[in-house]
Amino acid sequence: MTILTFTVAVGIVSFVAGLLGALTGLGGGVVLVPLLTIFFHVDIRYAIGASLVSVIATSSGAAAAYVKEGFSNIRIGMFLEIATTVGALLGAYLATWISTTAIAIVFGIMLLYSAYISRRVRPPELRHLPPDPLATRLQLNGSFPDLDGERSYNVQRVPAGFSLMFGAGALSGLLGIGSGAVKVLAMDQVMRIPFKVSTTTSNFMIGVTAAASAGVYLSRGYVDPGLSMPVMLGVLVGSLLGSRILVKAETKSLRLVFSLVILVLGLQMLYKGLWGRI
Amino acid sequence: MTDDKTSPPQRSSAPANPSKPWGDYQIEVVVGYLLRYGVMLSGTIVFCGACIYMFRHAHEPADYRIFRGEPSDFRTIPGVFESARNGHGRGWIQFGLLFLVATPIARVAFAVVGFALERDRMYVAFTLIVLLVLLYSLIGSGLTF
Repeated sequence: MTILTFTVAVGIVSFVAGLLGALTGLGGGVVLVPLLTIFFHVDIRYAIGASLVSVIATSSGAAAAYVKEGFSNIRIGMFLEIATTVGALLGAYLATWISTTAIAIVFGIMLLYSAYISRRVRPPELRHLPPDPLATRLQLNGSFPDLDGERSYNVQRVPAGFSLMFGAGALSGLLGIGSGAVKVLAMDQVMRIPFKVSTTTSNFMIGVTAAASAGVYLSRGYVDPGLSMPVMLGVLVGSLLGSRILVKAETKSLRLVFSLVILVLGLQMLYKGLWGRI
Repeated sequence: MTDDKTSPPQRSSAPANPSKPWGDYQIEVVVGYLLRYGVMLSGTIVFCGACIYMFRHAHEPADYRIFRGEPSDFRTIPGVFESARNGHGRGWIQFGLLFLVATPIARVAFAVVGFALERDRMYVAFTLIVLLVLLYSLIGSGLTF
């Protein structure tokens, strides 16, 4: 394959990944690394470097739109970023040290978990929870515009959420993904933050988390300009377009298809890690 | 743009209404736009680099099967600057990517200033920790030399 055909093909795949990731809310980064390694035979370390950079583009690109909606909570984000950035730094150093087969196996498990999370029926949101002393002290409680006016919420179980966020950061640094699935689990399920607030806050945290491991990846030579260029441009254009048409599109069946893709890629990554060569 | 936010600036530590303080929201909107322009600019730089790169190398074989690691031109900030200055397409791409990595770091730096203006010492400390981790990642990894 010449550089021209390779660049165009990777650009198109990244565009579709970014578009579907934004439309389904599942993020595009998680499918990019397996697609690049399985179909384009890219070494997983180059794939992780390129994916990590594109994650920053989607996060920073969407920030303005999310902030204006008034859902994201900057205090929750900044406080939890202490955990995600330290985790991401450790994850990135770990990635330079453990074998690529081990990374592939962890990646496969992460994909299967993401597919499961995307299909799971979300339990109804608990409202009117009592304020937690630690959350109050950290000024994490807030409110957001809901259908029936401004709705306030009280954040729960801060230490457990903070610890999970450390794990989300480590996975992000190790695999070069946004690990939105783990972030939403920590904020949604553990800290009981309303879904709209946790998804938009998670989006802005993803860029900062990825920046913490980007330095390590860049300096270790994982970020190849020739590969990262079509990935970054494709994902950026795809996700910007995706967030524009999000309101009009019927995403339910799309979500099903995308989570099936994630499931199949997860099985392939596991297979490659366990029996094949990566 | 923020007609509905006519309430005076308030700190979220006020227990009666711990909602988004006016200051947080204003700063976030401005920073959100700055980030978007930053991403657009970095995308443009990467695209310009891509044009040069394609013009020169389009018909060479693409092979990423074996990990060799990037040459030092693309692994350190001075190396990238030097390469971009010499008009190398890949140097420009890498420069655009460095610019992209800088956007979330700028966001955190703006947050430090924002919280300092609100005189919220605890969050100045929190955001400073995040900023230090990010700077450590750049400097400690050997990217700056």
